[in-house]
Amino acid sequence: MTDLLIESTALEHRLRTALPTDVDYASARFVDERSEHLRVRRNQLEPMFTEYDTGVMITIWNGGGLGYAATTDLSETGLAAAADRARYWAGVTAGAMVTTAAPTSHAVGTYMSPVEVTWDTLPLNDRLELLQRQSRLLGIDDRIVNWGASLVRREVDQLLLTASRSGDMGRIEQRFRFVYPSLNATANEGTNTQTRTFGGHAFCGQGGAEVLGRYGFGDAAGQIAEQALELLTAPNCPTGVMDALLAPDQMILQIHESIGHPLELDRILGDERNYAGTSFVTPDMFGSYQYGSELLNVTFDPTVPGQLASYGFDDDGTPAVRQHLIENGVLVRGLGGTVSQERSGLPGVANSRAQNWNRPPIDRMANLNVEPGESTVEELIGSIEHGVYLHTNNSWSIDDSRNKFQFGCEYGQRIENGEIVGAVRNPGYRGISSTFWRSLSGVADRDSFTVMGTPNCGKGELNQMVGTGHASPACLFSDIDVFGGEE
Amino acid sequence: MSADTTGAAPGNQGNGNHDQAYFDELVTATTSTLTGDEVLLANVSGERTDFIRLNNSEVRQAGTVDQRTLTVDLVDGQRHTGGSIRLSGERSLDGARLAALLTQLREQRAFVADDPFLLYNTEPNSTERVERGSIPEPDAALAEIRSAGHGRDLVGIYASGDTFQGFANSLGQRNWFQSSTFNLDWCFYLRADKAAKNLYAGFHWDDDAFAAKVDWSARQVKALERDPISLSPGEYRTYLAPRAMEELLQLWSYYGAFGLRAHETKQTPLLKMLVEGTTLSPLVNISEDTAHGVAPNFQSAGFLRPDEVPLIVEGAYAQTLVSPRSAQEYGVPTNGAVGHEYPQSMAIAPGVIPTDTVGEALGSGLFVGNLWYTNFSDQAACRTTGMTRFATFWMDDGEIVAPVNVLRFDDTAYHLLGDQLEGLTDTAEVLLDTSTYERRSTDSARLPGALVGAMRFVL
Repeated sequence: MTDLLIESTALEHRLRTALPTDVDYASARFVDERSEHLRVRRNQLEPMFTEYDTGVMITIWNGGGLGYAATTDLSETGLAAAADRARYWAGVTAGAMVTTAAPTSHAVGTYMSPVEVTWDTLPLNDRLELLQRQSRLLGIDDRIVNWGASLVRREVDQLLLTASRSGDMGRIEQRFRFVYPSLNATANEGTNTQTRTFGGHAFCGQGGAEVLGRYGFGDAAGQIAEQALELLTAPNCPTGVMDALLAPDQMILQIHESIGHPLELDRILGDERNYAGTSFVTPDMFGSYQYGSELLNVTFDPTVPGQLASYGFDDDGTPAVRQHLIENGVLVRGLGGTVSQERSGLPGVANSRAQNWNRPPIDRMANLNVEPGESTVEELIGSIEHGVYLHTNNSWSIDDSRNKFQFGCEYGQRIENGEIVGAVRNPGYRGISSTFWRSLSGVADRDSFTVMGTPNCGKGELNQMVGTGHASPACLFSDIDVFGGEE
Repeated sequence: MSADTTGAAPGNQGNGNHDQAYFDELVTATTSTLTGDEVLLANVSGERTDFIRLNNSEVRQAGTVDQRTLTVDLVDGQRHTGGSIRLSGERSLDGARLAALLTQLREQRAFVADDPFLLYNTEPNSTERVERGSIPEPDAALAEIRSAGHGRDLVGIYASGDTFQGFANSLGQRNWFQSSTFNLDWCFYLRADKAAKNLYAGFHWDDDAFAAKVDWSARQVKALERDPISLSPGEYRTYLAPRAMEELLQLWSYYGAFGLRAHETKQTPLLKMLVEGTTLSPLVNISEDTAHGVAPNFQSAGFLRPDEVPLIVEGAYAQTLVSPRSAQEYGVPTNGAVGHEYPQSMAIAPGVIPTDTVGEALGSGLFVGNLWYTNFSDQAACRTTGMTRFATFWMDDGEIVAPVNVLRFDDTAYHLLGDQLEGLTDTAEVLLDTSTYERRSTDSARLPGALVGAMRFVL
């Protein structure tokens, strides 16, 4: 099973033939995925699993209607049936659509994940031994009751063909190579259970075997196990209003939930109100709203090499470019593809994305990054009289308007008079998005800037899970409502 | 509205038992290719679903998803490797893909040692459960839904069609589950975040039943027209409706509250019950009630589930859900749980508070229709946070006073279902899981509402 379907000219011919040319817009989005799942738990290899997933979605916009049909049947007959079904739906929905703003792009182009070190250099046996070695480094104490090391690799090839009655034809070929390494150690004494992980599963990205080295996968197990044990005897995080320094592996969650989702134009337009929710951001805010302090600069950047959600084009075929969403604290642009931009009249980005061939594209985050500042982490710590340094997200909750949030972390460090004075367990904090970012009082420089990802972001009806990328330095927030766990 | 599963829409012909026969044929043919002592475990899941997504009573997206996934575990002694392919429906192509996958799994098997936790059913026990529905054609369903939404802001998703799951092994066992269902998961929005949420789901579309649901939602929206109030953080007497209870129980279940592995590794959110013998209220009885659920009664290693597994009895731990792997690892019998050991057909026994007069029982306090985005503040203590959502009202003397703006709660299971639990309603609502991640869910729950003396709100 090594022949790449995306290189099959016969398949591409069938896809092209199935696409109608007498409609306003038609697309065939073919996806072929191969993945390998390896996991060692408590020094025992879990069942190895290999996944092959192939299918296509045919979408037709015509006469004011929209329809799609997703199928695994890639025969000439199967593709023709899918096209007929999509056309049927376009007929059923004509005159009943919330929008008739079809995608207009018929771009031609390619994208390929940058791979520096191929997996040939780390064959299966070596991958398994690597995981076994990490597992042994995690299970170092009887109080560590559960631990594991895993490695998931995904190869996703995608071909987007477009056509219309005007004769335009597009062709976009994108080949993604994803790597998701993971480590975890859980320690227990009595009613106290504490877990440390490898960045909370955020240390993932595009590339080859070099991704493991990018995040120090081979060197992390010892510290993860030691910190899990350390937390067993650490005091609860103090409760009160204080400064909170968020490490990059907590910042990504803060960015994701309280900047990313509120800026999605489909939420602002109401599509998500029955499920993921709406947004406290309203259309009139774009161009003037002071989202955060002047230190806050946020970009949508699908061009970062190796970041999880880098790509050349979104799933409507729009070329993807780097753009500022928030500049010096002011909201300037939303997260919405061409359809949402047309519906809302607001500026957006190329972020119409689908989980797979069996889901239609909707507005999603891609790489959403907080740009680095000028302070060192040491300077930020030194500026804190009373506060906590919070590492690695483990709990997230926010209201359906993406405003009132509460987040928790795996590991905290208490800071007094500019110095770290010890670890604390069960650290958490609460806030309100619309005011929280204005309390941003320090942004660390590029030395702490870490490029990461969130592998599983859920949204949409029908439900979709996609990977999003986030990068950030450590950031300092003043006068935050911080708390610990039960005593 | 007429209901027909075999209308004239292109590509919408019913598949009858084609999928079942196709799966059987594929596994039978593959069994003949096995070598030595190999055993093949095979699972198939699939659906042919029509989806209509709506916003403001108009269509945002609509279409059909037709998918079938074959998952296999190829076993030789205690060594095994697994994989999956999508089935195209073309016999020769699928046979070739499966053969290639098995070749790869044999090659990979050379790299793995004996798996001491491998356990699969070796005593064939075949079952079949097929539930046919009468579901309207998409155009008819859309017309009905848009009619209900006329003059209103209807937002949501309609899904309908066949779903199926099957198990087969080379030992001759065959299990099949198939159903034709529909569900409309929707809200009527009044403004901003004020909405009434509802679900109409089943096997047979009934215009009158749908009209009753629409009427209930319309009355809730009417109640939301009053000026909302904002409550300060603090403790409030609260009624949690069944959907709100579901949000709590789903979180606790997902993180291992009722799973053996989470117990043994001390990761269960109900750790205090395990270690200190802390109990919930004696009013709380929780079970995995497969007999009354809508999920299949078999799992991926071929084990059948008992009709019921008592999980919490009168507030105390009873049994846990045990997957085959956990059974081997911890030396206890499996009860057919899925790998993650969470309930798929959870039931909480009802109490004695009359459901139709629950407002009177509440008196003055919060009526919470839905909770949202729950997570842990302190997992080991089962301290849970989350938001109110949709229809949440302040009640006085059993009457609605005003809708309440969203509130964040932060409280433990030992309060909410423990020392603060005053009672459960006398009926348990059947709640179908509307999740469509990867495919339409077959999970469900039967839950009553809960009256809580004091619930802690923090923001």
